[in-house]
Amino acid sequence: MSKDDLAKEGFLDPIISTASCQLLSQGAEARVWSGEFLGRPVILKQRFKKKYRHPVLDKHLNHSRLKQEVRSLLKARKLGIPTPVLYDVELEASTIYMERIAGCSVKELLKKGMSPADRHSLGRKIGQLLATMHDGSLVHGDLTTSNMLVRSDSQDLVMIDFGLSSISGLAEDKAVDLYVLERAFNSAHATSVDMYDAVLEAYKQHSRQWCPTLNKLADVRMRGRKRVMVG
Amino acid sequence: MTQALCLGIEGSANKIGVGIVREDGEILANPRHTYITPPGQGFLPRETAVHHQEHVVSLVQQALKEAKVAPKNISCIAYTKGPGMGGPLVAGAIAARMLAQLWKVPIIAVNHCVGHIEMGRIVTGARDPVVLYVSGGNTQVIAYSEQRYRIFGETIDLAVGNCLDKFARVLNLSNDPSPGYNIEQLAKEGSQFIELPYVVKGMDVSFSGLLSFIEEKTKELLASKTATPADMCFSLQETIFAMLVEVTERAMAHCNTRDVLIVGGVGCNMRLQEMMQQMVEDRGGELYAIDERYCIDNGAMIAWPGLLAFKQGQFTPLEEATCTQRFRTDDVLVTWRD
Repeated sequence: MSKDDLAKEGFLDPIISTASCQLLSQGAEARVWSGEFLGRPVILKQRFKKKYRHPVLDKHLNHSRLKQEVRSLLKARKLGIPTPVLYDVELEASTIYMERIAGCSVKELLKKGMSPADRHSLGRKIGQLLATMHDGSLVHGDLTTSNMLVRSDSQDLVMIDFGLSSISGLAEDKAVDLYVLERAFNSAHATSVDMYDAVLEAYKQHSRQWCPTLNKLADVRMRGRKRVMVG
Repeated sequence: MTQALCLGIEGSANKIGVGIVREDGEILANPRHTYITPPGQGFLPRETAVHHQEHVVSLVQQALKEAKVAPKNISCIAYTKGPGMGGPLVAGAIAARMLAQLWKVPIIAVNHCVGHIEMGRIVTGARDPVVLYVSGGNTQVIAYSEQRYRIFGETIDLAVGNCLDKFARVLNLSNDPSPGYNIEQLAKEGSQFIELPYVVKGMDVSFSGLLSFIEEKTKELLASKTATPADMCFSLQETIFAMLVEVTERAMAHCNTRDVLIVGGVGCNMRLQEMMQQMVEDRGGELYAIDERYCIDNGAMIAWPGLLAFKQGQFTPLEEATCTQRFRTDDVLVTWRD
């Protein structure tokens, strides 16, 4: 995308030109670029303006969501959850600069095919990480297998995309978090559902609050599609 | 061969409507009557039911006359089974059962939400859009998959139209033709944007907290003359419609669909259509919207899905032709689509 196009959409340019970067993905909320920042490989995540929204509301939402994402990234690191290292935040350009992880998403790994033993151990790793995260009152909000990366060198599991995250100690929010992951497994990896069992098994062992959360998870599953609609 | 005709009766809320639709989708007649309450008041089930009872027979006569058909030409009767208010629903169901026995034709129970969706599809020609269904009683983001209209996101408390109606009572706006219409007109004069709570949780929206907030805030700001009623209407519309457009966009990204269809009474709001248009354009899709004739509850929207089911050989045994206040969109098995 050229500078002119960016200006037309009312963006401030990030300090490094996106012309030197490569567009990785374009979601409903943000564009993700891959580039270089002070000699390091980086990921740029830029939220874009929504033309349909009132400018005041749009700016407010963009800023508060950006700040929430940054806060959660930092909180996760404090809790010892591996996340990309945060390099810089440009509020005016709605851009976050993060470490580019050399690795593969869990989704891709599953697609390539994994042995049952590997699936089990990776599932346990995920469960343990989620337990630590939830015990620290951090709820991811968008747990899918594409938001978990495995570093190609150390094989460490890294959580990414905290764009929908929140801070919450409620069993309800944590249960919904797990339920989202469960649905992701059921729909995208029907043959790897055993891995999700390993996730829950490890979660139960490592979370101090596993009992209320997993009880709530049973409730959330029962709800299926939430309440009966009232006309 | 003559084409089948279906007469549909809709009375789930404050409108009673009778529509006659032909097999090819042509609407032959679609009269309706709205129960309008004084400013500051909503409609109550009991009074609304009485209103429906008073008007249903004359509306059936009017529809037959407008369509230039005799009762013997009618192939089936469709009525709203739910969701809606109990009393008004019963009024429509009784009329439908009576006509079915009088004219000796089958009766078909129709889900009100499915009625809106099918009406929107036939009028606009939209093939497989993400549907935003917004009215006084419902707020849902719907997509079709495997014989069901599946709900991707919905309100967890108030419906968006209900939120607008209640806010209109705070400002004492007229209920004629509808509170939402009067808010829309007043909002055009507003310029100051007051920040209101914006509640989107995943794919779901919530309006009750926002309503409590704006009710209090309005009293305060109007008393101190820092904002006008027009500003409040403007800010309310900008905020709640942005929430609706956002969840619709999420559903589109999830289902990989480019087109959007807006149905339901709030769907005739031009500001909502304009915002949705901007979002859909950015995604390279098309917006299908309809005007007040079909957006607002009417008889034809019940007759048309009734006719679709009838052609599949589906009808409701008379003893099961009841109504229910709770009837989810995804409870209906859609036999007429692939």
